[in-house]
Order: sequence, then C-alpha cells, then structure tokens
Amino acid sequence: MKNVYINSVCSISAQKTYDNSDFLDEVITYNDTVIPAVNPNYKDFIPPSASRRMAKGIKMSIVAAKIALNEADLENVDAIITGTGMGGLRDSEKFLKAIIENEELYLTPTPFIQSTHNTVGGQIALELGCKGYNFTYVHSSVSFESALLDATLQLQLDEANNILIGGVDELADYTVKIHRIVKHIKAEEINSNKLLASKTKGAVFGEGANFFVLSNKKQTSSYAKVLDVKIINTLPEDTLEQSAISFLEANNLQIKDLDLLILGNNGDIDYDHIYDTLSSNAFNTTPKAYYKHLCGEFNTASSFGIWLAAKILKTQQLPNEVQLNTAPSSSYKTVLLYNQYRGENHSFVLLGKD
Amino acid sequence: MNALKLELKQHIIEQLNLEDVAIEDIADDDKLFGDGLALDSIDALEIIVMLDKNYGIKLTDPKEGRAIFESIEVMANYISEHRTK
Amino acid sequence: MSRGVAITGMGIISSIGNNVDDNYQSLIEEKKGITRISKIETIHQNDIMVGEISLTNKALELQLNLPESNNYSRTALLGAIAAKQAFASAGIKDANLYKTGLISSTSVGGMDKTEQNYYAYLTDASTQKYIKGHHAGDSTQKIAEQLGIEQSLVTTISTACSSAANAIMFGARLIKSGQLDRVVVGGADCLSKFTINGFKTLMILSDTYNTPFDDNRKGLNLGEAAAFLVLESDAVVQAENKKVLAYVKGYANANDAHHQTASSEHGDGATLAMNQALAMAGLKAKEIDYINAHGTATGNNDLSEGRAILRVFGEDVPDFSSTKAYTGHTLAAAGAIEAVYSILALQNNVIFPNLNFKTQMKEFSITPQLESKNKPLTNVMSNSFGFGGNCSTVIFSKET
Repeated sequence: MKNVYINSVCSISAQKTYDNSDFLDEVITYNDTVIPAVNPNYKDFIPPSASRRMAKGIKMSIVAAKIALNEADLENVDAIITGTGMGGLRDSEKFLKAIIENEELYLTPTPFIQSTHNTVGGQIALELGCKGYNFTYVHSSVSFESALLDATLQLQLDEANNILIGGVDELADYTVKIHRIVKHIKAEEINSNKLLASKTKGAVFGEGANFFVLSNKKQTSSYAKVLDVKIINTLPEDTLEQSAISFLEANNLQIKDLDLLILGNNGDIDYDHIYDTLSSNAFNTTPKAYYKHLCGEFNTASSFGIWLAAKILKTQQLPNEVQLNTAPSSSYKTVLLYNQYRGENHSFVLLGKD
Repeated sequence: MNALKLELKQHIIEQLNLEDVAIEDIADDDKLFGDGLALDSIDALEIIVMLDKNYGIKLTDPKEGRAIFESIEVMANYISEHRTK
Repeated sequence: MSRGVAITGMGIISSIGNNVDDNYQSLIEEKKGITRISKIETIHQNDIMVGEISLTNKALELQLNLPESNNYSRTALLGAIAAKQAFASAGIKDANLYKTGLISSTSVGGMDKTEQNYYAYLTDASTQKYIKGHHAGDSTQKIAEQLGIEQSLVTTISTACSSAANAIMFGARLIKSGQLDRVVVGGADCLSKFTINGFKTLMILSDTYNTPFDDNRKGLNLGEAAAFLVLESDAVVQAENKKVLAYVKGYANANDAHHQTASSEHGDGATLAMNQALAMAGLKAKEIDYINAHGTATGNNDLSEGRAILRVFGEDVPDFSSTKAYTGHTLAAAGAIEAVYSILALQNNVIFPNLNFKTQMKEFSITPQLESKNKPLTNVMSNSFGFGGNCSTVIFSKET
C-alpha cells in the first residue's frame, strides 16, 4: 500500500486564506449568525465568458482548484473527487423560485444546469480537459470525508497518482431563511471568539471551498500524509471515546502519540457536548484545536479543518486563535480530526507529518 | 428596426449575463455564435426563452435557433416578421 | 484482472413493477410504464410523458409502517422500499453481523417536498419537518435506518444520470479493499416539478413515447424509480453459504470533458469508460454478450453512445438495447434499475427488446435488438452517462 500525501492546498473561506504564503496572519472576527466567504479576485482566474454563469460556490471551487494545482506543480490530475452537502444552492433556489413565481413559464436552463450537485466536478474537468474519474459525494457532514476516503483508497492501491479533491458549500438566501425557522442557525449574533461559550441553539452558518491535491508521490510542496479516514453514520455518545481509541489503535497509535486533536465544535448547545464527551476524559491532556469560529458551519466545513491540520503539520505552528486548551505540543507529527453535524454523520481523519 | 436591434442587444447582454460587454461592442452583423461573441448551445436555449417571453415567438426545435441567431441583423428581421407581442 | 464482487440480493420499484418479479414480467411481456403524469400538477402535463410509479406516497408510507409524523420525501420512500427488498432477497436479518455499509445516490433528494412547500415552510409549522429532508443525504440516512445499518459507512453519490452506477462502483471498491464486508448500493429518484421543468428548458423531453436509437427520436421521458443491490465479500458468501446472483466484474468512470450537458460527438468519455471497464474485467470486447445501453432517446446521447459503441466493439457490436422505452429515464436511479435488468438478463439468458423503434439512424448501421431474444449470456455491460460529462460503465458477469 502506497503512502498518500497532501501535496497542495487552497482554502477560500470567511478568513483571508487563499494566499498560501499566509497562515491566519490576520484573523477576521465576526459578530453575526451567517458569515460569507472572503472573495479572491475571480477575474484573475476565470474568464468572463465562463464566470458569467457561475454562482459563488463554483467560482470559489475553480479558484481553489487552480491554486492547489499550481502549488502542486500540475497541469492536470488523474481524478477529480468533490464533496458538497447542498450542491449548487444559489442556482437551485433561483430555478425553484422561477418555477413557482412564474408558474413554470419562461424558465431558462442555466440555473438548472448549474444546480446539479456534480457541476463543480464537471466544470473543473472541462477547465482542465481532465477525462479521468470524476465523483461527487453529497452526504451532509461526511461529504468531504467520502471524497477523501475514495481518493485515499485509489492512491493507496496505486490506481491513480494525483487526485484533486475538494469540499464546497455556498450560502443562499432562501435556505438560510428556512434553516433559521427550524433553529439550525443561531437566533442572535455572536462574537466568533465567544462561540464555544455559547448557550444557544444553532450554529453560525458559513461557506467555503477547500481543495487539495493528493498524491502517492511525495514532493517538496507536501504538507502531510493521510493515514486513515473513517466515516460513521451513527455513533452513540457513550461509545465515542472508545471509537476514537480503536481508530488510533487500528493505526498502531495510542492517545499519548497524538499531538493534536482538532474538533468541529460549532457553538450549538444541543450538540457541542459531544465534543466535550470525547475530549474530557482519556483525551483530557491532548492538545486541542477548533476552527468553526473562523469558517462557520456548513456540511463541508470539516475540509477547512483538514486545511488547518495540513498547515499546522507543515509550518509546525499552532495559531493562537484555534487553540482550545493551553497545552500546545512542542512538535506536531500526528493529528486526529473529529467532526459530526447535529449528532450524525461522524468522521475521524488521521493525518501525519511526513 | 434600429430600436429593436438595440433592444435585442440589451436583452442578450442581460439574459446571458455578459458583464464585460457593452451595447456598442456588438455590431449588427457580428457573428453571435462560433467566433464573434462566442455564445454556445446553452446560450441558444436562453435566447429561445427570451424570444418567447419578449416577442411571443415559440421555437420548438433548438436547431432552428442556430440559423435565426446568426447575428443581431438576422434576428431582428426574423422577429419583425414573426412577433406576436 | 481482478475478481468480481458477488451480488447476493436485489430490489427494485419502477413504473413497470413494484418488485423484481413484476419488473421482469413487464420486460418480457413488453409492457411499458409510460403515461401522462398524474401526481404532479404541471402546465406541461399534455406535452410530456413519464414513467410514473402508481403507488401514492400514502400507500408507500403504509407499506413501510411509517408514523404520521414522518418526514420522508417520495425519494426516501421509494429508496427504502427497494433497499428492504434487496436485504430480504439477500437473506439478511441482522445488518450489523458484518461490516455493512450503504452507498445510495439521488439527484432529486427531498426537492419534491421543498417545491410543494416553498411558501408553506415560512408560515406553516406542520410542513417544516421536511426542511431537514431536502438534502441529498437524507434519503440515504432513512434507508440506513430502515435497514438497521448503524455505526457504519453510509454515504451518497450525486453525479446526475450516472449516480447509481457510480454507487455500485464505489461499493465494489470498498469490498475489494476490505473496508466493508458487505454493502448495499443503488439509487432513488422521484419525479419532481424541478426536474420536469429543468429538462424542459433543455428542450430534450419528448411529447410522446421515447424511441431510443430511432432516427426520428424526439427526446426522453423522465421516470421515477429506486433499486438496490447487495454486494458481499467472498468470505461472507462462503460463511453464509449465499447464492450469488451475478458478479460485478468490471467498471470504470471517465469524463467526456466536452460540455456541461451534451456529450462529445464521438462519445470520448463513453469510449473510455467502456474500454476501461473491459480492461478491469480482463475481457475482450467480443466477450460481452449484451449491452444495456444508456439510450435516453435524446438526439445527442444515442448518436454519441452509438458511435462510442462502434469505437469500442468495431465489427463485433454485441446485441444492445435501451430499456428506457419501458421505464423512462430515472435519472440517478437509472444505473441501479438497469443493473437489476442486466442481472435478470443474465439469470434468464434473455435480451430485453429496445421498444418503439421504427427507423434506422442515418449515422450508422447498427440496430438495437428489437425483440426479446433468448441466448446464453455470460457478460452484460450496462452504460450510464450523466451531465457534467460523467460516463460510467459496469460489467455484470456470471463468472467471478
């Protein structure tokens, strides 16, 4: 079985993260319930003849994909695998609204085409002229991990050498409105620095695109190794800690070997206790970090977590803003990420320094 | 006829979201598809809807569109003859 | 060449039958499931024909014993019914006896409920339970729950019309790599105003019965369906002494990289997918006994797919047919229902006819199989090509 490397990254998020020479040097603090991603200059990357049809999600993805490919020094890849929780939401809403308001008259094809879940994967393939394997996973908070698992298996078994993977989701008005109604979004604004202490229901919603080139060939740009990925649909809270320990043991590791545990806390009082359950007993002294106060909550927010882990492993720096407890490590070799959304669709990802 | 041509250019720019194109940039006999404005088959479908909505012209076969949409000139002539709105 | 992955169960619900046997009967009796639409109000009612399942949502809910408070979309209802059939057919009583996963697929998801409740969501609390069910993964989660799959690998693929074929591929990969001992794979899609109008804007819907590979073809009929297969590792097949229905012998996914919705003129992506699937299966082209084509009856697909078939098979084009004249194009579920039909073909040594054909296409001289044909079959190829240039081919075989 071959090793799997993250050879390049690019994150478009609510932080100014798309410049890879930067690592959260200037952190943006929000005081809101919904936080949009910071836009790079799309015109630098996408010709107007193409971008005129693209909603934010597609534009973010194309830019993130191009920057990641560039950093990996590649013109093309063997496969493109994306994860998205809600797909082309803005176009989907646009088309649906038009159907209902115009009573099915004078509808135009562009938003329909752009709303399909695999439009991002398809458009990146078009851009690159990539005729390889092209999958899109759409399953809530394991959408990105499914893409990661698929790519990892293919690379381990040497079925491909370079695979572009990405997680993307975009904010859209109607969807935000109805998620407020069912209290999935916080009713009151909250300062990002106070997110974990929040005593209210719901999360702060965000959006973003995080793309990576994975490879079974190491190179100077390499950030980290992907050691293992596990997706679990349901997980009773009282077995969570044991699951994490078993996951480590399956990789010949014990808790003491872990340098960092990155958690997907999103400030939702109904679900954040799950993270406390995991981290306050056997993992009590493990250094911990969190990230959703920086990027917001969305189905593929965990891909931002992977970006964070990769940067930490490469730079060997843990930014203050993400530290959860005051016991940082002296060096970072092994990082475990755990995430779930509303008590379902859990994932463990293990990354290692090369 | 000139008013119609101007109107058409405006509609096309709006419908197809051609942000960087101004009315002055489109000559009456510029090729809309292929070279020239480089529109594609998805744009053709959009224009078909635009024709129905604004001029009451219903095209049932997308292939008909390619001949009619050759240029603003050709389109304007066709619309003058066939419009029901 | 790799060993095939064993298929030990299957389930299906479509406009030509509510279970495997009924679907088979319809196929050999040439009974189409295409009608005018009845359950969705649309101004296009008289301009389209569809493959609609006759059971109402209420009837489906009753069959599943769901409480009134449930928030199942029609996609989830259809999916759950087909998946439970697959489990039963594989003789599985305890999902968690082995590492069992679920890979489903859909394009509509819960959109049928969202379009019905677009305004109601904002004002009527009783409809708001469906908000959570909109996303593509929701129907999959409900199917997992129905099957009793817990603490396991469950996810959803959405690549338009190739989705379920891709679910089968990913499932096979997970078995071969040892990640899972068994996996339920397939897809579900219900009819919706969203997709009806979407395809209408692309001007590829026919106003009459769809005619795959016919020179005068006018476009596709949309359909709704769900189908699932159970794949099991050799170890489980042996331990449980399972009857194997067929094997997933080879597969491939390639991208046309030509246009967002149309296929390249000579079917580049399709050619790659078919050739790569053959290579994985270790089969020569002429060892394929029957192709269940994607054959949607659109101008673009049938031309592109026909040409691709010629590129791959040259002089030796096997018998081929599209079963979409029976069921319509069931979008994400297509790859799964056609997988079931491919397995039925193998089990019964019969090639299903390509209905409604009258006129040979001008561009080539290959003609689909027009009548039911009894013939010993060992290897069946199934094609599913989706938007975004997504081309998938799966080869089903009697041999491992």
